[in-house]
Amino acid sequence: MSDPASHTHPEGRRGLIQILDIDTRLLGMVGAFVVICAAFQIWTGIRALPDFSWNPFAWIGAGRFLVPQNTFNIAVQTVSVAIMAAGMVFVIVTRHIDLSVGSLMALCSATMAVFQTEFMPKTLGLGLEHPLTAPLAVLLGILVGAAVGAFQGWLIGYQRIPSFIVTLGGLLIWSRVAYFVAGGQTIGPLDGTFLMLGGTNGTLGVGLSWALAAIAALGAGWALWSSRRAKLHHGFPVKPVWAEVTLIGIVVGLIAGFTAIINSNMVPPARLKRLFDARGEVMPEGYTEAYGIPISVLLLIIVALLLTVMALRTRLGRYIFATGGNPDAAELSGINTRLLTVKIFALMGGLCGLSAAVASARLSNHSLDIGTLDELRVIAAAVIGGTALAGGFGTVYGAILGALIMQSLQSGMAMVGVDAPFQNIVVGAVLVLAVWIDIQYRKRRGIKV
Amino acid sequence: MTGRGTPLVEMRDISISFGGIKAVDHVSIDLYPGEVVGLLGHNGAGKSTLIKCLSGAYQADAGEIFINGDKATIRNPRDARAYNIETIYQTLALADNLDAASNLFLGRELITPLGMVDDARMEAETRKIMGRLNPNFRKFKEPVSALSGGQRQSVAIARAVYFNAKILIMDEPTAALGPHETQMVAELIQELKRQGLGIFLIEHDIHAVMDLCDRASVMKNGQLVGTVNVNEVTDDDILGMIILGKKPAKAA
Ligand SMILES: Nc1ncnc2c1ncn2[C@@H]1O[C@H](COP(=O)(O)OP(=O)(O)OP(=O)(O)O)[C@@H](O)[C@H]1O
Ligand SMILES: [Mg+2]
Repeated sequence: MSDPASHTHPEGRRGLIQILDIDTRLLGMVGAFVVICAAFQIWTGIRALPDFSWNPFAWIGAGRFLVPQNTFNIAVQTVSVAIMAAGMVFVIVTRHIDLSVGSLMALCSATMAVFQTEFMPKTLGLGLEHPLTAPLAVLLGILVGAAVGAFQGWLIGYQRIPSFIVTLGGLLIWSRVAYFVAGGQTIGPLDGTFLMLGGTNGTLGVGLSWALAAIAALGAGWALWSSRRAKLHHGFPVKPVWAEVTLIGIVVGLIAGFTAIINSNMVPPARLKRLFDARGEVMPEGYTEAYGIPISVLLLIIVALLLTVMALRTRLGRYIFATGGNPDAAELSGINTRLLTVKIFALMGGLCGLSAAVASARLSNHSLDIGTLDELRVIAAAVIGGTALAGGFGTVYGAILGALIMQSLQSGMAMVGVDAPFQNIVVGAVLVLAVWIDIQYRKRRGIKV
Repeated sequence: MTGRGTPLVEMRDISISFGGIKAVDHVSIDLYPGEVVGLLGHNGAGKSTLIKCLSGAYQADAGEIFINGDKATIRNPRDARAYNIETIYQTLALADNLDAASNLFLGRELITPLGMVDDARMEAETRKIMGRLNPNFRKFKEPVSALSGGQRQSVAIARAVYFNAKILIMDEPTAALGPHETQMVAELIQELKRQGLGIFLIEHDIHAVMDLCDRASVMKNGQLVGTVNVNEVTDDDILGMIILGKKPAKAA
């Protein structure tokens, strides 16, 4: 291996990571995430202790950051930005940008809210809480987003207007259109079934969560093994069996750990009592229940899986990366790069619609400032997650991890009482720092970008 | 050029200009099966632009293209591929961030029964064809940005050869190659010619043209100086055509 990085790492460590064939960049991001979590855990721990002592275990033990409830909240708060960041990866990979996602998300949210509170119950006379309201509303939101996205993609792909300009216009236009659609006011309460997309109002419960974790673990194991079998079938080199098993073990461990933490987040007794009262039952003494994995998080996982499969295993994905790497070569290879641009922006728009559903369900109404500044969070998440603005490189899981890192930073700072303006300063600095580290990393690995 | 049946390709009166500059000015060339036609001329003479009209990268402003005697409409690279026209571009046209196999199959991926791209099979096929064209090639996993100029060139050549082209366009295919690899490309051209392909070969090295080509068409300032049978002229004649823009008297 003539890899220059082999001179900068001690042999043993590099050897292990290389044998396991783990993306070192991903490892770096996970490392950063762990450092952030540990820092806030200790910080909140020190503040929670009645008197200060030089005992790190006490700090970590008393910390409030990694408790199940906060983990649950961060997961729920991350979903909306993470869904859009996953789509932004493909936009940036093809050397475009979408500045309109926050505004478009607001437009989708407003449309869905009006549909639920005006169109279905009043115009169609179906009343509130009709069973079709929630699914149709989500579908409508996704369609509106995809249609607007496709239109912007057409302006970019076929009319050759730079995406920066088209979506900058979109940023200004769609937020105002959203304002008029909503009649300039907050719209709520939204449909009860629809609210299940928001987080606490729709969770899988302990049993289903574990079932889901088992399916995920089996699926991950199967995916790793079958890719090994395909390699063996063609006589390509494979990792040693122990490395493969270790990797599967790590993945299964992560899935189980996450599920265990989420599953120990208990529903507050007052809330449980209200639920029982609503059903006309009496809550048994000492009854407890955990939330389990929120439906919105499940939604994010499904989106991430589908988009990752699209990126790595479909022609569409291959064409997106080829176009990002060399648009002329893609065109000369017979790829219709203009239509591809329309598809990418339509996908981005559809994801804005889905994200709008999650965000407005979490707030339980359409608020006027929904989506504000989200374009910056989304782009930052994708970039922190390793998407190269020069095009051609990016991963969905990276972008989601990027969104998670940003949300953790913000939640953590809010918990320890950092003022909002200062939070922005930190997030901005982290963004620039992340890109700088990425550039250094690529330099060392001899990757030109 | 009579008595040889219908030409595989006939480009008639092709013109194309870029904002006032006539890059190709009423040029007609043709190509028969099993024939190599060299395309020569100074830098900027219009050679690449002319063949890009055939490969679908550009659309001619005027003129017609006939494939096997039938009028062909080539609006984009997809159309050209449908006519079994394969092109090795001077710029190589590779996506730097993808590996050799993804580039070789770009736009024509092998897929599994489920419609997913079959990377393993594509890599296996790539190893096979590279084993034939460039046995020293080892970098199958790296993105092609990590390849040397010559290695990139062999990927581009493999892509053109793999898909059973009937018409092959090679725009300076040996520009980045070492002497041994250049020799291998020369042998490849002769083998493909025996298989009955028609090849347009853009080449600055007159000796290579004399060795490999049956006919040579010379361009100057977007216009066709003339087409000669290579075995009827000397390399000085061709050099004269390129520099002076005049056809030698005896071959006219
Ligand atoms: N896309 C384009 N836009 C504008 N002008 C162009 C374009 N492509 C080619 N030209 C011009 O057309 C002329 C012919 O260029 P072409 O690339 O065909 O030359 P060539 O014969 O292939 O030269 P070389 O031997 O250097 O490859 C040149 O004057 C060039 O500047
Ligand atoms: Mg040229």
